[in-house]
Amino acid sequence: MANKPITGEQRVFMTGNEVIAYAAVMAEADIMYGYPITPQNEIMHYWTRLAPKYGKKFLQTEDELSAGFTTIGGVLAGRKAFTATAGPGNTLMQEPMSMAEMMRIPTLLIVQQRGGPSTATVIYSQQEVTMTTYGGNGEGFRIVYSTASHQDLYDYVIKGFNTAWKYRFPTFILGDGYQAKMREACVMYDPAERGIELVKPTPYMGAPGTPGVDRKPSHMRNTYNTEEELYEVVMNLAKAYEAIIPEVVEFEELNAFEADTVIIAHGVVSRAAKGAVKELLAEGEKKVGYFRPITLRPLAVNELREIAQRAKKLIIAESSYGQLLKQIKEAIYGTDVEIHTILKPGVGITQEEIVAKYHEVK
Amino acid sequence: MNYPQIPKSWNIESKPHKFCPGCGHGIALKALGMVIDELGIQDKTVFGVDIGCSLLAWDFFNVDTIQTHHGRTTPVITGIKRANPELITIAYMGDGGGYAIGSQHLVNAAARNEKITVILINNTNYGMTGGQMAPTTLPGQKTETTPYGRDVGETGYPTLGPEMVAAIAREGAYVARGTVANLRQLKGFIKKAIENQMAGNGFSFVEVLSGCPTNWRTNAKETWDFIENTMTQYFKVGELKVPGKGE
Repeated sequence: MANKPITGEQRVFMTGNEVIAYAAVMAEADIMYGYPITPQNEIMHYWTRLAPKYGKKFLQTEDELSAGFTTIGGVLAGRKAFTATAGPGNTLMQEPMSMAEMMRIPTLLIVQQRGGPSTATVIYSQQEVTMTTYGGNGEGFRIVYSTASHQDLYDYVIKGFNTAWKYRFPTFILGDGYQAKMREACVMYDPAERGIELVKPTPYMGAPGTPGVDRKPSHMRNTYNTEEELYEVVMNLAKAYEAIIPEVVEFEELNAFEADTVIIAHGVVSRAAKGAVKELLAEGEKKVGYFRPITLRPLAVNELREIAQRAKKLIIAESSYGQLLKQIKEAIYGTDVEIHTILKPGVGITQEEIVAKYHEVK
Repeated sequence: MNYPQIPKSWNIESKPHKFCPGCGHGIALKALGMVIDELGIQDKTVFGVDIGCSLLAWDFFNVDTIQTHHGRTTPVITGIKRANPELITIAYMGDGGGYAIGSQHLVNAAARNEKITVILINNTNYGMTGGQMAPTTLPGQKTETTPYGRDVGETGYPTLGPEMVAAIAREGAYVARGTVANLRQLKGFIKKAIENQMAGNGFSFVEVLSGCPTNWRTNAKETWDFIENTMTQYFKVGELKVPGKGE
């Protein structure tokens, strides 16, 4: 049996879903549990083609609830298990992910956002931000990476497995329909050759030894009997989550801490935003900058506040009716910065639109 | 004379257990504990419990136990078994978790012939939530949501779970219905169900007729009478599918 599909570095021209399947194999994932929903299906298609060649497994479940809970089972058994979904499937996945949050079960869920609400479109949106960052019952102690390119998909799927298993909070790769279906170039690599150490999974159930005889039994629960008991559990979760925020938070920026007008976007829209800012800088506009939160949860609150305190105007562009905007407003609460928006639920945003908006509000 | 023993696989620290006096869960879990002891599988058993009364068994045994969501025990246990086939995996749930909210998981696990064991407690009502109608509530039976008795014209007939599973599951599956009124027989069914998993044959399913005196508002005599004489008229006790014995 072959060991790895990628050795050294390989430049490829692929769809995002295909890139994700390769990244999962290279992250040494053991098993995928999945249920079909567009536009993430090809993750399963490519995984099921690669899996038998590399000693990996797959189960097509009866629905997303089952895919999420079987994923949890796989993790409990000590394997790197993962799943992927979109739209209404993401809604169902929030139930198992809330259990993973409570029990500190490392799960990796790849979301390829489609249009919402309900069935909506199977194409594209950024409308799963609120659900992916805070969708379960509880407080939303989770890590959400918003990817912008196929290179991101490859890098952050590998990183996401490490994040999940290192910190034991549910981890999400938030892609979208464009990233899922379009082809573009990226470089795939063996993480070991780049010095990336892969975190090994450990069994939460069925570890060696006899429970109660030569080791303690693993008794995992998520039901608590009293208000005080639950308070303590959740406060411990909060404390653990807050402690890791500085290590986990990621963002990308260009001139953002010097600019009067900062354009903020995430995911593929950030590519248009970055392009717009580069164009404007090249045109001689010196006071424009770009900021892209890579982790949407936790959010780079300190940096956003610093920007908001310094800049005069923010332009927030997103393919939703303000799901990122809501988070940014909360993050920068109390500052005087003027906020302008391009909000296009379920529709892509171009560089030209952002440049035009800049000139309009300047 | 041999007196009944506490199973070795029981967690003594969590005893006396938290079920209501007269509840059948303790008896079913005793049968399971005896089977775990007899088969010597305490070191490789993983036990999953549902929401509802079964969640009280989250620390019942000295075996690794996961307490999951309402209806989701079957997929969690399936996920564990698929990831590590060496483990003996048991999903434990009530009639709501198996036949209502989790029914699609039960149906599909049976259809895929998942090599897991499901033990389902049928007490004809939702115990933990206060005695509402269950898929297994008998015609005419009073519950909090059928205060004048279950009207089958409105809500249909009680689910015949083992009959359904036996119809879905194929060769290699083991399906039986036992009762807490016959511990020896029940233990035998549970043992066969777990041995069937150990042999790698296929899906194993045991429904257990059990009592809920709290919500039934019955005394000891009436509780046992309902289990032994009323429930068994509708829910026939016995083996429905045994590997190697044909369809």
